[in-house]
Amino acid sequence: MSDKGNRPAWLSRLASWDAAVIVITVVVLLIASGAVENFGSSRNFTFLLLDLLPIALIALPMTFVIVTGEIDLSVASTLGLTSAVMGDLWNRGLSIETIIPLCLVLGAVLGALNGFFVTVLKLPSLAVTIGTLALYRGLAFVVLGDSAVADFPRSYTSWVTGTIDGGPIPNVLIPLVVLAVVFGLALHATPVGRAVFAAGAGEQAARFAGIRVGRLKFWLYVVSGLIAGLAGVLWTLRYSSARADNGLGMELAVVAAVLLGGVSIFGGKGTLPGVLAGVVLLATLQNALRLQDVSNEALNVVTGVLLIISVLLPNIITKSRAAVQRRRKRSLASPTPESGALAGVK
Amino acid sequence: MTSRFLTGVLSAATAASLVVTLTACGGTTKNDSSSAGSGGAQSTAQADPNAATKEGVKMAFLPKQLNNPYSDIEVGGGKTALDELKGEYKLVGPNDASASSQVSYINTLIQQQQDVIGIAANDPNAVCPSLNQARSSGIKVVAFDSDAAKDCRDVFINQATTEGIGEQLAKMASELAGGSGEIAILSATPNATNQNAWIEVFKQQLAKPEYANLKLVKVAYGNDDDQKSFQEAQGLLQSYPNLKAIVAPTTVGIAAAARYISSSAYKGKVAVTGLGTPNQMREYVKDGTVTKFALWNPADIGYLAAYAGVALASNQITGVEGQKFKAGKLGEYTIGKDGEIVLGPPTVFDASNIDQYNF
Repeated sequence: MSDKGNRPAWLSRLASWDAAVIVITVVVLLIASGAVENFGSSRNFTFLLLDLLPIALIALPMTFVIVTGEIDLSVASTLGLTSAVMGDLWNRGLSIETIIPLCLVLGAVLGALNGFFVTVLKLPSLAVTIGTLALYRGLAFVVLGDSAVADFPRSYTSWVTGTIDGGPIPNVLIPLVVLAVVFGLALHATPVGRAVFAAGAGEQAARFAGIRVGRLKFWLYVVSGLIAGLAGVLWTLRYSSARADNGLGMELAVVAAVLLGGVSIFGGKGTLPGVLAGVVLLATLQNALRLQDVSNEALNVVTGVLLIISVLLPNIITKSRAAVQRRRKRSLASPTPESGALAGVK
Repeated sequence: MTSRFLTGVLSAATAASLVVTLTACGGTTKNDSSSAGSGGAQSTAQADPNAATKEGVKMAFLPKQLNNPYSDIEVGGGKTALDELKGEYKLVGPNDASASSQVSYINTLIQQQQDVIGIAANDPNAVCPSLNQARSSGIKVVAFDSDAAKDCRDVFINQATTEGIGEQLAKMASELAGGSGEIAILSATPNATNQNAWIEVFKQQLAKPEYANLKLVKVAYGNDDDQKSFQEAQGLLQSYPNLKAIVAPTTVGIAAAARYISSSAYKGKVAVTGLGTPNQMREYVKDGTVTKFALWNPADIGYLAAYAGVALASNQITGVEGQKFKAGKLGEYTIGKDGEIVLGPPTVFDASNIDQYNF
């Protein structure tokens, strides 16, 4: 009896997937620093942080959206459209100080459109944001076509590519850290965060508890768009290149990182530190494997396998835990071993 | 609760835009920023044309996209050259040809301390900061096929000049039409930059006295779509029954036109020429539909890029106009304006040589 009692505790510790991912990430970082030539150099560290920045930024609101049980696949297209508009406005002679706030507003408006379709028209978010994924990317090509705008002011582009006091930490890490703290506190220490989890765990129950789920989701989409717009601005300045194809396909990397970080695709579960660890883990693996001359195809396979594991494993763990609990309940109610075994199989 | 959330979001957004506006000292617009480009590291070292060719030069090729048949042949030429030069060949690259996907590969190559990076840039400016970081850590940069901004690479291997291609097209059209008669162009899209530049040169050529009897009746566009190009070729022959030749400066267009002509009554009467690959055109050359067409040899681009890269790494050249270097079987090359090295006139393919090429 005593070892039967231990099993759920052991399982639940394993089930804390996000904690496991944080540990794995630290271990991978340590191994890579020791085993991969040049990985530990400060310059590589800068490159690593610059590469993961846009994914980390967009993963923040994406965590909220997925925890509520929805998804936003239009983020990379929002980034691309913002970048294209930024280039077009710059070509038209607007000042960069006007363009940047306008681009943020544009991002928010694009997010609001998603929010409108999902919460007012009650359409499934997967369908809506696949639609706007295509729509926003298409508009980006309408705005800027195949051309690129490159002559952004040096003071801005060099800030985005530069590091703090010339050290290894990129300047752009500052806004990321600030936003990560804000989003982390909002998710784990405020009523907003509790509402997000409640909406994800069960929308009806959340409604009965007085949470205006629709309005909550609408604003999450707005924030998602706003941050994607910010990522678009930073992306454009980092590469000195406003283009319609910027960030192409990045939504998959973001969703992969969020799920790898322990957020359940079915909503209701996840932590922001776990997600940030997921982002770092993916970026570290990419960076280290590339330094080892691992081919692109193999890299894709690694990402794909990680994504599948991160969707499957927590699911299997929860199911087996539920089965164990059911069996225990049954065996308490009626001590016949057959019925318990059957319940476990079911 | 939600209204508090709402106000939180709004105030955050307002704060963000305020910060942005405040950090800005006045308005920076396109007109008052003279900061285009990023002022690349100019080579100050003197070239020594007699320096020994270094062995073991590590050169990495970074094409626009991996697993593209065309760039596979290009980098294959690079590998051949590095084998000849006893250098170390490496191939890396992104799966997609988007603007900034090459940047993290350049960063990796910097970490791996390569001697030379050969790059076909997806975006001339997006790769610039990284390439300049590479150059400041002593790596030579050879752009090939598709140039990077000129202040962030040492030399650029240009497959052919616009003039060279336009002249070659006019020459072939005239020969195939027998020096006189109606000809038409079947291009890609109306706004394809390189196609239009070639067509422009083509038209200038037609103004010359030796081409006075050729008449360009129409420029049709097949949008680089096989079916549309096929229909456009069909349409040209219906509208202009006396047409002597169709000139397609695009590999999709020339193959579609050749396919139509080879299966129609016009075979042997209407000539098809332009720019195509030998593998695509082989059957039409063999069955007599196409007498000759042209294209640069992509393997030679990579080959020349590797020789230029090793010459740079050996300090025989620094990328300044007028410097000369030897490129194995291709002979001697001279660096042109802005560090540009032109491969040469396009190769003309016909029944006598087409079987020597496989791409």
